[in-house]
Amino acid sequence: MTVVPNMPKAWRKESKPHKFCPGCGHGLVLKALGEAIDELGIQDRVVFGCDIGCSLLAWDFFNVDTVQTHHGRTTPVMTGVKRARPDRICIAYMGDGGGYAIGSQHLVNAASRNEKITVILVNNCNYAMTGGQMAPTTLPDMKTETTPYGRNVEETGYPTQGPEMVAAITGEDAYTARGTVANLRQLKNYLKKALQNQMEERGFSFVEALSGCPTNWSTNAKDTWKFLEEMMTRFFKVGEVKTPGKELGSEGKGIAREEAGKEPAKEQVEGIAREEKKGEE
Amino acid sequence: MDATVKIALAGEGGQGVQSVAGIMVEAANDGGREALYIPNFGVEQRGGVSVAFCQISDQKIGSPKFKKADLVIALSDRAVRRTRQYVDKDTLFIYDASLKGLENELPQDAKKILAIPALEIAKNELHPRVFNIIIMGAAIEATKIIGMEQAKKAVEKRLGYKFAQNPKLRELNFQALERGARLVKESLA
Amino acid sequence: MADKPIEGEKRVFMTGNEAVAWAALAADADIMYGYPITPQNEIMHYWTRLAPRYEKRFLQTEDEISAGFTTCGGVLSGKRAFTATAGPGNVLMQEAMSMAEMLRIPTVLVVQQRGGPSTATVIYSQQETTLTCFGGNGEGMRIVYSTSSHQDLFDYTIKAFNIAWKYRFPTFVLGDGYQAKMRESLYIYDPEGKGMAMEKTMPFLGQEGMPGVDREPAHLRNTYNTEEELYAVISKYVEEYNKLTPEVVEYQAEDTDDAEIILLAHGIVARAALAATRTLRSKGVKAGYFRPITLRPFPAEQLRQIARTAQKFVVAESAQGQLLKLVQEAIYGETVPLETYLKPGQGITGEELVDFIDSMINGKIKGKLNSKINGKGGF
Repeated sequence: MTVVPNMPKAWRKESKPHKFCPGCGHGLVLKALGEAIDELGIQDRVVFGCDIGCSLLAWDFFNVDTVQTHHGRTTPVMTGVKRARPDRICIAYMGDGGGYAIGSQHLVNAASRNEKITVILVNNCNYAMTGGQMAPTTLPDMKTETTPYGRNVEETGYPTQGPEMVAAITGEDAYTARGTVANLRQLKNYLKKALQNQMEERGFSFVEALSGCPTNWSTNAKDTWKFLEEMMTRFFKVGEVKTPGKELGSEGKGIAREEAGKEPAKEQVEGIAREEKKGEE
Repeated sequence: MDATVKIALAGEGGQGVQSVAGIMVEAANDGGREALYIPNFGVEQRGGVSVAFCQISDQKIGSPKFKKADLVIALSDRAVRRTRQYVDKDTLFIYDASLKGLENELPQDAKKILAIPALEIAKNELHPRVFNIIIMGAAIEATKIIGMEQAKKAVEKRLGYKFAQNPKLRELNFQALERGARLVKESLA
Repeated sequence: MADKPIEGEKRVFMTGNEAVAWAALAADADIMYGYPITPQNEIMHYWTRLAPRYEKRFLQTEDEISAGFTTCGGVLSGKRAFTATAGPGNVLMQEAMSMAEMLRIPTVLVVQQRGGPSTATVIYSQQETTLTCFGGNGEGMRIVYSTSSHQDLFDYTIKAFNIAWKYRFPTFVLGDGYQAKMRESLYIYDPEGKGMAMEKTMPFLGQEGMPGVDREPAHLRNTYNTEEELYAVISKYVEEYNKLTPEVVEYQAEDTDDAEIILLAHGIVARAALAATRTLRSKGVKAGYFRPITLRPFPAEQLRQIARTAQKFVVAESAQGQLLKLVQEAIYGETVPLETYLKPGQGITGEELVDFIDSMINGKIKGKLNSKINGKGGF
């Protein structure tokens, strides 16, 4: 008897079993995402973009319209779709290299502009598709192909704190969280909240998912989970970083947003702009 | 090559050569002629010599810049040095009479060289702000690309909103146009 | 719904950048994505002023990489989306344009060339010819219109949207800093009023209906697993590109039938070449003029015919041989001698081309002349 696993409705059965390595966390993140899409009933509205790196293997993962883009460029492609078609639910799916290194300017600016898209970033501490090089998220002293003696933080810095960074540059209408494949129910919950934030047209939403990479970590199942649950969580705190609607103090809201709300400032700034224009004649 | 009139106006940033170039070519265009105007532009948005290249013709105009001009007007020392290259035996070269010590810098092969006291007239007779309009008057007299009435209409079109607030400005600008034209006319007579 | 941006047809006097913005409006473009770089900035400036009046949109991105990819996103959504850039920005945008080639995304990109390499000048050049035709890690399967006047900028910007959407290859309008910044007259018009229907657009992503139930989901990818898979895809593209070539190529020629010297130029230098040709004719020199309007695909067959009767080709461009390469490839095997007038990053006037040909005829340029023209010197 063949056991047919319980798949989310949004999954595309024809492309299963999926193409990720055994033990890879991508399948779990995409399971949580599939269920979130099902529960929100948005399968026919989702436009899914996946990056280069292992995330590209998700190009035919769902029965949703999907485009696989270039390394780091999924954020602008989904931004472009959303700006042209605000009625679509746009999801940019990428790895830590794509989001925090080669595409970091896109992440930072999409967040700053409060683009109404959802970015899901899978953090497995390395560039996996290219064979296990150091990523911005590689842990201190962790060995990779480009840090064979361990990541030297003096030379290469500390692991990027993604959701915290995004929270720092967004306003109160953004949602940022860090989940883990070790707690799928929680991860799905975060993904749902992120998507809801977009559906309600509030603002940018960002979820980092801690994930395992046994192929490049060279770990067995037990050690993979141990690394994920015990090591990674020491450097990457799981939980919601910013939830929309929560009243934030000046610090959390950001000085620019505080100041923009003040009437006299607005009048003065507009005046300056007008003067400048006159000066050009 | 054809009956295209080629003009290079050059001055310091702020002397308003681009503005008058814009007004002149627009007037020519409004009069049904072909006109092409390109400002020199570089990374220096404000400083440096500003050159306006204008061409007016009865047919479509070729390349936007040219080797030699029919008229060159240079309004500063640097502008003289910069625009010498556009002068040949068919060029009328006009510079401001206030520029001194340029004897060795002036082009050697021009058809004619005129020094006109535009700056002085602007300062002492009219108003420093209409300096560039005096230059425009000089340019249209020297080239006949548009008539005086057309020139006035074009100035009105561009500055009418200012004239509405202060009608004296209209008179001042028109005076400047005529004064500029007269300077050239008298010098060439 | 707002009124049409242009009713009928009217003569205007404006800069090339303004003409492009009006053309995009006339073509019913939906959204522009852009990033500041001289000399194309005013395209954005005019678009941002005009667009909201006609319910059209704009996004200023963080860089040209993003401008290129957001444009891809806009087009994938079924919108007439476009962007504009120059120089180093064009370099950055090639990444997105290479994806547009692979995914057959009908993007429209207006390039106002500036000096190169690197930051160079903000003014003018024709040094982005090779980049615009062949940028990216691929085969240059794109359509490139090289404009030489404001009328061209207006006409071909409208056309670019139609050709892009008809054939689904990224389409480029290649202008330059002179065209961007100068003012001259042109006619702007409502294309519909001229009986030109705009090619219909369709969403490649985000169509109606439940994917997997009502319809197949769109699964667009640019990554392939095997050489054979990729080869099959590219071969199909090549075949389609070759098929569209005779339908799309455009060129302009004058007095080529009996010409001994053919002046070859594209873009704004073609104006100088045409003026020089006419002057030379009036002086009794059998000169002719050829201007490729499409640089990709190139009017190779048409040029080859002329190469068989002409005695000399003179290629003039504001680059060190970028058009020249296209010409050489197009007429490979023909024996017509090639002379060049190359000024990378600098403008070329009709007068200097006349002087150049004069000195060529008078034998001042040694070793390259092999026939008699106008009874003077050894050509």
